[in-house]
Amino acid sequence: MIVFQGVSKNYNGKAPALEEVDFKVGVGEFVSLAGRSGAGKSTIIKLLIGEDKPSKGRVFFGQYEVNKLKDEDLPAFRRHIGVVFQDFRLLPTKTAYENVAFALEVAGRRSREIKELVPQVLDMVGLGDKMKNFPKELSGGELQRVAIARAMIHRPEVIIADEPTGNLDPFHTLEIVKLLEKINELGTTVLLATHDKEVVNNLEKRVITMDKGRIVRDDPKGKYILI
Amino acid sequence: MFTIIARIFHFGFDNFRRNGWLSTTTVAIMTLALLVFGGLIMFGVVANRAVASIEDKIDISVYFNTNTSEDEILNIQQSLQGMPDVASVDYTSRDNALANFTANHANDPTITQAINELNTNPLEASLNIKAKKPDQYAAIASYLASPDLAQYIDTVSYTQNQDVINRLATIVKDVESGAIIIIIFLTLIAGLVVFNTIRLAIYSNRDEIGVMRVVGASNGLVRGPYVIAGMIAGMIAAVASIIIMVPIVYGVSPYLNVFIPGLDLFQYFYTHLYQLFLYELGFGVVIGASSSFIAVRKYLKN
Repeated sequence: MIVFQGVSKNYNGKAPALEEVDFKVGVGEFVSLAGRSGAGKSTIIKLLIGEDKPSKGRVFFGQYEVNKLKDEDLPAFRRHIGVVFQDFRLLPTKTAYENVAFALEVAGRRSREIKELVPQVLDMVGLGDKMKNFPKELSGGELQRVAIARAMIHRPEVIIADEPTGNLDPFHTLEIVKLLEKINELGTTVLLATHDKEVVNNLEKRVITMDKGRIVRDDPKGKYILI
Repeated sequence: MFTIIARIFHFGFDNFRRNGWLSTTTVAIMTLALLVFGGLIMFGVVANRAVASIEDKIDISVYFNTNTSEDEILNIQQSLQGMPDVASVDYTSRDNALANFTANHANDPTITQAINELNTNPLEASLNIKAKKPDQYAAIASYLASPDLAQYIDTVSYTQNQDVINRLATIVKDVESGAIIIIIFLTLIAGLVVFNTIRLAIYSNRDEIGVMRVVGASNGLVRGPYVIAGMIAGMIAAVASIIIMVPIVYGVSPYLNVFIPGLDLFQYFYTHLYQLFLYELGFGVVIGASSSFIAVRKYLKN
């Protein structure tokens, strides 16, 4: 499903952000991408969603070769992926309901369908009673749940979560990780980038550990081992 | 397709409404720009009228020898009227000239007495010629100077007033081209100010544009609502600027009338209100939409 083949990424003159990265993620897997800040986790995600292009190597997502996609093909491609960010990235002028609905609206889905689906998904993330709240009226944990609802509403093949718990307290962190596990159990592939040792160790799933732009470990049922 | 277009409009209205403070500022700046634009149109009208009133004061008169017959003068009048540069030719016969002269000096016994003692009419018949443009008088004067006509003509006022006429012609030309330059220049500045305001408004929305793109919104769907919001701002600003112009024009109109007799600016404003509003609306909507269109482009790169 996701394949990185000999991928390197250099930003002019600086130490390489990624060096010869190779890995595969199969359908339905739950993979943690572990490593401290600057290890290259975010670069992998940027290359995967087409926000940036690799200096060398190829990135595949399903039938797409992401590094070869043109700007105008990116919107349609991105509808196959749901992305969750550390800073939530919700639209401040839209309510929780509208933020989630937006992902379907941009895909041109019918209004009736949207009206039916959005409350279901918001219920699933436990925000059925806060649909009409604007982002500024929600807590960090709630904001991230809205973001997850938005990421999964169009049933993407993969959910990519970039440090989704970075801004949250331990209680809400647990809540978000459980939610991601639940989504994975329903069949969606999950790629979770995090530097939180607790999160990785509690999951007991595949862990790819990165350091200085390289993959240093890839354990099928791993732990986050600091190096 | 219809769903997407409907959503673009819906998002556009929502954007405008929910970015309340930003929208208000944009509308305020656009209103100022449209006031400048509307003011320039009114300025153009005033300048035109001023020029017209100067042009109206310029003419040349041809005085014919007393022995020239009326038929010959009327022939010359006809040939002058056939010239493309000539706007009008008025004939004053010797008798009329005398009647006017006597009427004008009715209260001056010395002159009345002198005329009576002469027993003949000393005044010459004349043609009063108005050209379409002040710089066309030279051509008319040179026609009158042709040898064929010289035997009939005593004097041509142009030769006496040539300097004044030329100077007025230059002033008229300068005012006309100056007004055009000022209008273009200020319209351009007003346009740039609006463009920058909208650019700043969109700059403050750049994160949102990023979010829309991550969620998979097409360029059209990201850009459309901003273009719609820009158009709404333009429409509101057009209405506001017209409303603000009403009392200003009403107040200024009497003062302008003192300088340029026969110019009722408020009357002009009132009769051309609909047209003026359409200009303002067009300017506002086009600049609002195009500024948004250009400003968003920067954030649609990847």
